[in-house]
Amino acid sequence: MSEEKLVFSRPKSLSDVPTHYCPGCFHGIVHRVIAEVLDELGIRERTVGIAPVGCSVLAYNYFECDFAEAAHGRAPAMATGLKRVRPDLIVFTYQGDGDLAAIGTNELIHAATRGEKITTIFINNAIYGMTGGQMAPTTLPGQVTTSTPYGRDVKLAGWPVRVCELVSTLTGAAYVVRRTAINPKEVRRLKQAIKTAFQVQMAGLGYSLVEVVSNCPTNWGMTPIESIKWVEENMLAYYPLGDYKVAEGVEELLKKK
Amino acid sequence: MAKILMKGNEAIAEAAIRAGCEAYFGYPITPQSEVLEYMSRRMPELGRAFVQAESELAAINMVYGAACGGARVMTSTSSPGFSLMQEGISYIIASEVPAVVVNVMRGGPGLGNIQPSQADYFQMTKGGGHGDYFPIVLAPSTVQETVDLVILAFDLADKYRWVVEIIADGMIGQIMEPVELPPMKEPERPPRPWALTGAKGRPKNIITSLYLGAQNLERLNLRLQERLREIVANEVRYDTFMLDDAEIVLVAYGTAARICQTAITLARQEGIKVGLFRPITVFPFPYDELDKLADRVREFLVVELNAGQALEDVRLAIHDRKPIRFFGKLGGVVPLPEDILEEIKKLQ
Repeated sequence: MSEEKLVFSRPKSLSDVPTHYCPGCFHGIVHRVIAEVLDELGIRERTVGIAPVGCSVLAYNYFECDFAEAAHGRAPAMATGLKRVRPDLIVFTYQGDGDLAAIGTNELIHAATRGEKITTIFINNAIYGMTGGQMAPTTLPGQVTTSTPYGRDVKLAGWPVRVCELVSTLTGAAYVVRRTAINPKEVRRLKQAIKTAFQVQMAGLGYSLVEVVSNCPTNWGMTPIESIKWVEENMLAYYPLGDYKVAEGVEELLKKK
Repeated sequence: MAKILMKGNEAIAEAAIRAGCEAYFGYPITPQSEVLEYMSRRMPELGRAFVQAESELAAINMVYGAACGGARVMTSTSSPGFSLMQEGISYIIASEVPAVVVNVMRGGPGLGNIQPSQADYFQMTKGGGHGDYFPIVLAPSTVQETVDLVILAFDLADKYRWVVEIIADGMIGQIMEPVELPPMKEPERPPRPWALTGAKGRPKNIITSLYLGAQNLERLNLRLQERLREIVANEVRYDTFMLDDAEIVLVAYGTAARICQTAITLARQEGIKVGLFRPITVFPFPYDELDKLADRVREFLVVELNAGQALEDVRLAIHDRKPIRFFGKLGGVVPLPEDILEEIKKLQ
């Protein structure tokens, strides 16, 4: 009998269903990475996700853990309420840029500053995908969207919000990092960050946020490969990858491993 | 059990605690801030959850989250804050999770003032947020009744997986009266198989208000309407005062009803046959009971601290078979019993 070893399979935490995401979109990658982390940490059965309003509004269909669907922008408040009554749960929000950095900025900032023991996975693709490609709070200067047809004019529409930089100033935030998923190396770094973010929550150290600089081939009007190139050349220049906040306890947590 | 002297707002808070409320989320706003303050002291003492939220919007969404976790949960606010909460209330109803929301009404519209008012009656009893729904709305007229109804509110919320609102006003919130409190109930979590507790040994639970496809959303709406019919059939509550031989019926709830009661006593001293019909549930409104009453009385006088909102429900109830007059005070002005007595005399 030949020695066959299973080297790749669907994570238990990822539902066996097709997603509605467009070809080439990073949502699928990020979902898978989260699912792998839930599996590896063995926390699927005590994790609850909070889905946003936006392209990932149906995220609850794609994970094999309990899930709630929040009102637009309110996921961190909803997560707060849930975590406070069930502190043994691992609670994470999954939010896009419009949800988190426009309509939900207040809920984000205050959940972070209270040091809520929740984790946020923040998908920043500089556009409102689900509603058809309007300007997001993170749309780059000059970027053409369906509501900035002449390109984002900062004199009229202001400047894009840098979420990690903003949240990292808050004492309650324990772990705030920016990653991307443009190649396998970056996906591995993303996975490590998401794992750390969940561990920060499990250790009760405070709020953790992982921003994923992402793409939107459909609404950017690009092929997936072009969109990845655009992330690399334009997005990462404005949103540099890096660790924006790694609180003292987090360092120790990482050393322990 | 001995009675103790308590302010309305504090009684609301203590009643919730005794009903087993596990979590409270709120935001300061006059004239209900004492609920928040009281909770900030008592909830940590009991090892229960308390968060002063960054806004009423956040507070109601924290309530939503805690309710999804299967907890007994409450928030309280006053009119402008109640407007902000409409988003969450609509989602909570659509998600079929229980929650209690207290509105200690103040004068509006806009920032208005902090005087007692009943001007949010429409907003509370006719839905409030987007979509087809009615919360259950309980209208206390004394501090003791507030205690009783807050406790009932938690039970009804659990029973129907519904939002139950307390329609109080600045007078109820700020007045001090002797009350008898029920014994303390420890928070209990009866089996709530729908709650988000972690998918351990069972398929995952999803709580959502998103129903893509018209047929799916129609199914949800039909289910909600079915539950509403049950609520209407089972939960109507009202009280009466000197109604047996009354020819004139005052219809009023909350603080207005209280003042009416004094006015009726004064009128009776002058031999006027007048009584009070007081809805305790303003949703479901006691339409049928008022309808029956219309057969044997001469005239109705609706008294509210607004421009005539429950007035429309009274009209619906009695189909204009008998004359209906209205007396209301606006902007936080509270009428004296003598003002109402004068209105009663006009009907003679």
